[in-house]
Amino acid sequence: MVDALDNLAVEAVGLTKVYGSGNTEVQALRGVDLSLSRGEVIALLGPSGAGKSTLLGIIGLVNQPTAGSITMGGQTVVAEGRFTVDVRSFRRKYMGFVFQKANLIPFLTAVENVQIAMEINDQPPRTARRRAMELLEYLGVSDRASHYPSMLSGGQQQRVAVARSLANRPNLILADEPTAALDSVRGRQVMELFRKVAHEQQTGVIVVTHDHRALDAFDRTLEMEDGRVRGEVLTSPAAKRSLTPQGPGGKGGPETSAGPP
Amino acid sequence: MNLSLKDIRHNFGRFALTAVGIGLLLMVVMGMSGIYRGLVEDATLMVDRIGAHLWVVQKDTRGPFAEVSRITANTEDRLRSLPGVASSNSFVSHTIQREHEGKSLRMTIQGLAWPQDRGAWLPLVAGRAIEQSHFEMVADQSVGLLLGQSMRLGKDTYTVVGITRNMISSGGDGMAFLTQSDSQAIQYDVSGEATRLEREARKGRVEDADLGRTRPDTLGRAAGLSSGIPVLGPPPVSAVLVRLSPGADLDQVIGAISSWPDVSVYSQQQQRELLLTGNVDRSRRQIGLFRTLLVVVSTIIMALILYTLTLDKIHDIAVLKLMGARNSVIFGLILQQAVLLGAIGYAIAYVVGLWVFPRFPRRVIVVEEDLYMLAGVVAGISILASALGIWRAMKVQPNEVLA
Ligand SMILES: Nc1ncnc2c1ncn2[C@@H]1O[C@H](COP(=O)(O)OP(=O)(O)OP(=O)(O)O)[C@@H](O)[C@H]1O
Ligand SMILES: [Mg+2]
Repeated sequence: MVDALDNLAVEAVGLTKVYGSGNTEVQALRGVDLSLSRGEVIALLGPSGAGKSTLLGIIGLVNQPTAGSITMGGQTVVAEGRFTVDVRSFRRKYMGFVFQKANLIPFLTAVENVQIAMEINDQPPRTARRRAMELLEYLGVSDRASHYPSMLSGGQQQRVAVARSLANRPNLILADEPTAALDSVRGRQVMELFRKVAHEQQTGVIVVTHDHRALDAFDRTLEMEDGRVRGEVLTSPAAKRSLTPQGPGGKGGPETSAGPP
Repeated sequence: MNLSLKDIRHNFGRFALTAVGIGLLLMVVMGMSGIYRGLVEDATLMVDRIGAHLWVVQKDTRGPFAEVSRITANTEDRLRSLPGVASSNSFVSHTIQREHEGKSLRMTIQGLAWPQDRGAWLPLVAGRAIEQSHFEMVADQSVGLLLGQSMRLGKDTYTVVGITRNMISSGGDGMAFLTQSDSQAIQYDVSGEATRLEREARKGRVEDADLGRTRPDTLGRAAGLSSGIPVLGPPPVSAVLVRLSPGADLDQVIGAISSWPDVSVYSQQQQRELLLTGNVDRSRRQIGLFRTLLVVVSTIIMALILYTLTLDKIHDIAVLKLMGARNSVIFGLILQQAVLLGAIGYAIAYVVGLWVFPRFPRRVIVVEEDLYMLAGVVAGISILASALGIWRAMKVQPNEVLA
């Protein structure tokens, strides 16, 4: 489905989104172009109401744009503002989501919350369980594996949510203010983790953030305002390196380490 | 991973309470069907158990259960002479309410045609059938008398020699079986003083008339036993039960009896129907309607409970959708819980019912047919309620998580 040879994780062209109509009409996006390479981590900045979440929802195939098209791994997924693929199948196979709130399922334990993402993607329960434990370990919450979300701190919940987003080795991770519930050290860790995963697994990562201090963890920063991308800055010295093509075999390229993500 | 079981595990107390609630609700529905069945069964029990082929009653009346029927006692003998009739005996039955050891005791006294009928057909759970022509009785459990206990009825004392179960009259009272002469003695028991007054009154009337003065022997008779006066005769009976000999033609016998000017005749089936359309018709319909109402109310309550269960999880369902879960995962979560709750509720209803229903004052009869029907209704409700929940779950958009 997704062509591993295509170097672009996502390419969006001319995205517009209009909410409501008449008096209540809101132009949330006014023609956004965006392309994200595999292995690239970008930050989305901008004032409240700029359209960051809207853009993320559209790229995540959760909302349809009013107009525009999106290609992922060489395949057209949105054309002229319409989905052209089975979005749910696409989401479970190729995408991971993290939000400001962890949105864990309250009746599943931490490890089950990670495991369910893989089972939804047809992984056998046993394999899923093992990898879920490894991911929790990696994120430093394995001692809370059999706790329910209600017994976890906000930061612990968020780390479980991050583990869940990584579970299926997605091609694209979309994170909407994922570090808002974390202290700056943990926030930093999560950003570093995304960066590591991006580089090791050739995953594209888009993070909406307000935290200007963490910007050096990103390859690029996009500034949004009033439904448009106003500016683009290369922030990381590593950016150029990570942008160079990685050759075939996308996932688990030469840089893959023994560790989980 | 089974999401519905995980949810139940996590919210076990709540799930258990809900299951118990639904279970008790279903038990009430089950009980109401049982009460309905019990009523019908009790009403027709006598007709069925006595097993007479024909019921002969006073002309143009509907039989002893529906209204007052009086036919002369010799009808029994007249019937016996008909070809095809194997046996005929009077049906003697009346309900009494007496004080016994400080408690009020109600029972329907049923006369047995001694000596042919000693009550051997009665469903005895203790003791024996009647073995002597006087002063013994077989009483139903529900009357409240114990084996060997004695009770004074009229001028004599009767001993309980046998106990039956579930012998209830159409009015819902327990039955007691005595020989016919005993039961008539109780029915027509008059105190000594009343008999004396009655004789005095008769004597007075005869003395006032010419006849008394011209024929003194008439005066003597009037002052004597009432059975000695031909016009008073033995007390009339309410009905006569007829059994046919094997191979006899039912219609032919009915035809013959129908031509008699003083009686009407009903087959067992007709008598049964008369009972159901007469005495118990209104209570039967009342309970039937109430049962329907209960089913409707339970449907609504169960649907609401199951729908609320889904509503509580709507955010989690949105998260699952966002993660790309197939609809089958979400259907499973909702449907499995609904069906599980229905099944557990049903089991609770059944088990608790088994224990509770026998303690009811009147019979509650739970038959297989009703159990199947209720199971069908519960399955229907569970699926209907799930459909409602699924409809709601399909409407929720994954972007509700983004907000
Ligand atoms: N479902 C919706 N219906 C109508 N208008 C909406 C809807 N969602 C977003 N909007 C509007 O679209 C605009 C962009 O919203 P969006 O949530 O994308 O902003 P944002 O950049 O994520 O802001 P923040 O930093 O506060 O999260 C806002 O003006 C918002 O009011
Ligand atoms: Mg936002």
